[in-house]
Amino acid sequence: MTRRIRLKFFLVSAAALALCFFWGYAGLPAFGHGSSIYADIVNAISVPQRHITDAVTAVNFDIRGFDTLGEEFILFTSVLGVILLMRRTKDEPAGDHEDKAPGRKVPPVSDAVRVIALLLLAPTIVFGWYIVVHGQVTPGGGFQGGVILSSAPLLLYLCGSYPKVRGAAAPRLIEIAEALGAAGYIVIGGACVALGGMFLENLLPLGKAGTLTSGGMVPFINLGVGLEVSGGFTLILLVYLEELMEEKES
Amino acid sequence: MSYLPYAVAAWLFLVGLYGVISSRNLVHLIICVGVIQSSSYVLLLAIGYRTGAAAPIFVDIPVGTPAVDPVVQALMLTDVVVEVTVVALLLALAIQVHKRHGTLNPDELRKLKG
Repeated sequence: MTRRIRLKFFLVSAAALALCFFWGYAGLPAFGHGSSIYADIVNAISVPQRHITDAVTAVNFDIRGFDTLGEEFILFTSVLGVILLMRRTKDEPAGDHEDKAPGRKVPPVSDAVRVIALLLLAPTIVFGWYIVVHGQVTPGGGFQGGVILSSAPLLLYLCGSYPKVRGAAAPRLIEIAEALGAAGYIVIGGACVALGGMFLENLLPLGKAGTLTSGGMVPFINLGVGLEVSGGFTLILLVYLEELMEEKES
Repeated sequence: MSYLPYAVAAWLFLVGLYGVISSRNLVHLIICVGVIQSSSYVLLLAIGYRTGAAAPIFVDIPVGTPAVDPVVQALMLTDVVVEVTVVALLLALAIQVHKRHGTLNPDELRKLKG
C-alpha cells in the first residue's frame, strides 16, 4: 500500500471514527456536571469508614487494591521487557552510526548544571519519601513518590559521571529492591488470606484519619509500590545509560 | 463550550492516530502513541470534573464538601506511570530494530522483510 492510498484510507476511517466519538460523547453529561454514584459513595466513606483523607489513595490501594496490583505488574513486566531487549548478546551486530552528524561532539556538562543537580539531589530523595509515606493523608503515594525518587539517579548522572551512578545505584541492589516492592504487594495480600480475611482486605487497625499511621495496610502497600516504581524507573535509566556509554566507547 | 474537553480528547486521539499512520520514523511513531494515550487522560478528567467542587482530599475541608470524582483520578495516576514504562519498552524495541536493520523508517522495514 502506498502512502497516498494509506492516507486516503485513514481520512475516510477517521471521519467515521470522529462521528462515533461525536455520537458517544453526546450521551455524556455536560462538562462540569458529571455525576457518578460511585464517586459520591467514595467521597462520603473514605474518611469515616476507611480513615483515609486522600480519596484517590483510598480508591487505589484500599477499595480497588486488587486492580492496582494488576497495574503494578504491567509496570513490572514492561521494565523486565526493557532489560531483556537492551541486553547485549554476543552475535549482535555493532550499531550502525552512519546517521550521526560527523564532527559534532556532545558538549560537556556545564558547572552550573552540576552544582544545581548536586544541590537538588538530597532534597529530591527526602521529598520522594515524603510523598510516598504521606499517600493516605495528602495527594501522593507510591506511584508519584517513586517517580520523584527515581529522578535522583538522573541528577547524580548530571552532576557526576556514569560510574558514580553505577556505584551509588548498583543494578543488582536496585533489582532486589524492585522485586521486593512487587512481591511485598502480593505478600501483604496473601497475609490477609492467611489471617482469615480476603485477599488485600484491610485487617490492620485503621488509626486516626489524617495521621501517618492511618489507613491500616495502605502505608505498607504504598511503601512497596514506591520501591517498585522507583526501582523500575531507575533500572530503565541505568539500562539506557549503559547503552549510551557503550556507543561512546565504540 | 460545555463539550469542549470531550472535543479536545477526540482531537488528540485522531491527531495521534494520523501521526502513527503517516510516520516515517519509529521514535516519532512512539511519541504519537503517547499522544493517543493522553487523549484518555483528558477524557477521564473531563468526565470526573464538577464545577465549583474541591479536590477529593479531606484534610482541610469537612467530609461532605462537594468534591470531584476520585475514581477517574485514581485510574489516571496509575495510567501515567504505566505509560512511561510502556514507552520505554517501545523505544527499546526501536533501538533493537535500528541495530538489526539500520533504519527506523517503517516503510523501509517492510521492504526488508520482503
